[in-house]
Amino acid sequence: MADPVLQLADVNVYYGAVHALRGVSLRVDEGEVVTLIGGNGAGKTTTLATACGLLRPRSGTVTYRGRDLAGVPTHKLVAQGLVMAPEGRGIFPNLTVEENLMLGAYSRRDKAGVAADLRRGFELFPRLAERRKQRGGTLSGGEQQMLSIARALMARPRLLLLDEPSLGLAPLVTQAIFATIDRINKEGVTILLVEQNANMALRHSHRAYVIETGEIQFSGPSAELRTDPRVKAAYLGEG
Amino acid sequence: MQLLLESGDFLARLLQQCANGVAKGSVYALVAVGYTMVYGVLQLINFAHSDVYMLGAYFSYYPARWLGYMPDGAEKPKVPLYVLGLAFAFAVTACACTGMLIERLAYRPLRNASRLAALITAIGVSIFLQNAGQMVFTSEVKSFPRYVDQTSVPLGPIAVANTSLIIVVVAALMVGGLHLFVQRTRTGAAMRACSHDMRTARLMGVNVNATISLTFAIGSAMAAVGGMLIAMDQPRLTPTMGLLMGLKAFVAAVLGGIGSIPGAALGGLLLGVAESVVGTWNTTYADAVAFVALIVVLLVKPSGILGKAGREKV
Repeated sequence: MADPVLQLADVNVYYGAVHALRGVSLRVDEGEVVTLIGGNGAGKTTTLATACGLLRPRSGTVTYRGRDLAGVPTHKLVAQGLVMAPEGRGIFPNLTVEENLMLGAYSRRDKAGVAADLRRGFELFPRLAERRKQRGGTLSGGEQQMLSIARALMARPRLLLLDEPSLGLAPLVTQAIFATIDRINKEGVTILLVEQNANMALRHSHRAYVIETGEIQFSGPSAELRTDPRVKAAYLGEG
Repeated sequence: MQLLLESGDFLARLLQQCANGVAKGSVYALVAVGYTMVYGVLQLINFAHSDVYMLGAYFSYYPARWLGYMPDGAEKPKVPLYVLGLAFAFAVTACACTGMLIERLAYRPLRNASRLAALITAIGVSIFLQNAGQMVFTSEVKSFPRYVDQTSVPLGPIAVANTSLIIVVVAALMVGGLHLFVQRTRTGAAMRACSHDMRTARLMGVNVNATISLTFAIGSAMAAVGGMLIAMDQPRLTPTMGLLMGLKAFVAAVLGGIGSIPGAALGGLLLGVAESVVGTWNTTYADAVAFVALIVVLLVKPSGILGKAGREKV
């Protein structure tokens, strides 16, 4: 079996004295959409932050495409294709839409490729093209989420970490965002998706992990988890 | 007739003072840019900045001295242009390095500490530099080399010193160039991104530490130029010459809106002109203008003229 794109092995993360991740292990294989679902404060965002080096595990290893990430600074991972669209979208409000997008390509030197990807981003999200000279802070929540994803794509990710892309969005906008996630994945980008909207996340992913109080509870193919009584009761509001 | 003449006289004097104020204000602007840039990125008031300005004056003094243009006792000879260039390059480079070093040694270890800790450290660095300056340069007043011979240039009804013109032109070029750099280049965009949200900037692939170093380097280089320009105009160097300049440039930055480069330029000019105009009436009160301005700004519009309200980081 090929190396996973991303692997967390027995990762423990602390915030001061708080044990935020307790022996978390997960893997994401090439071409997959893997989702991590769980309640508020379960450790979803912490897991992503650890995966991209913003937080350092006290023990355990994070491996990206066969390489141990201990001591590799976050800003260097972007050039290697590990890119995160952060929770709360992380739009720079004082920068224009286009400047935000160009920052996504900050690590890249191939001007022609960047220009082509910028055009492609505007094709993917025509709303952003209309607003390219507008400041990021003036966009609606949905538009900011589109910008956040488009900006992450500007880095040509091989693995895209998405933190709560549906947060605070209207259902129709959420659907549009998930349709985009499907499309990006079909074009070859591996995705690790963190969501509170378990229903949507399970519909648009191959496999899922359920995390509670910093521990992975169980995992499996998303289609199976959707009918799993434990998931239905806790996350899908059924049963 | 008498009245007309007098009022004409008054107008000319006012114009003259405004011109002097623009020159003074240009230096405030140069130094204020350093405060504003560092504050924009780190929310830190870098009190050591005024001492980097002082170092800039000294660092531009020594090349001429080393090359024999400051003979003891004898009349100072005119310094050739290449030595001026050398002094400029030396002061700018040395101050940029000093600024980066201060950040690396004093502020970076405190990046995640409370802001108050960093602020107190900044005051400490300032005291350290002033005292180190007294040790190394001695506290006796040093006279600046003759890089430029002061002459008076007639400008319509008034006359301005050639050094004032040099100050205004150099400062305008530097602050304008910096503004373009920050607004138009990729590195400038990275700086603006860091000033808003370092964590997300990191996720974009921006090397945040390098960007902060660069911010200090640029700010310090501008202060060095400010120190050199002032010393050409008022050729007396002391290790504490940064004190008043630092306070005023800081007020200029707050007045214009701290965090904003055009704001620093505007604040500097306004303050310089206000001081000079008040100076025509009473020179003793000129220095007080800055502090009155600071109080008024803090009462009326704490975010400054061009500043945005509520830019507080989340």
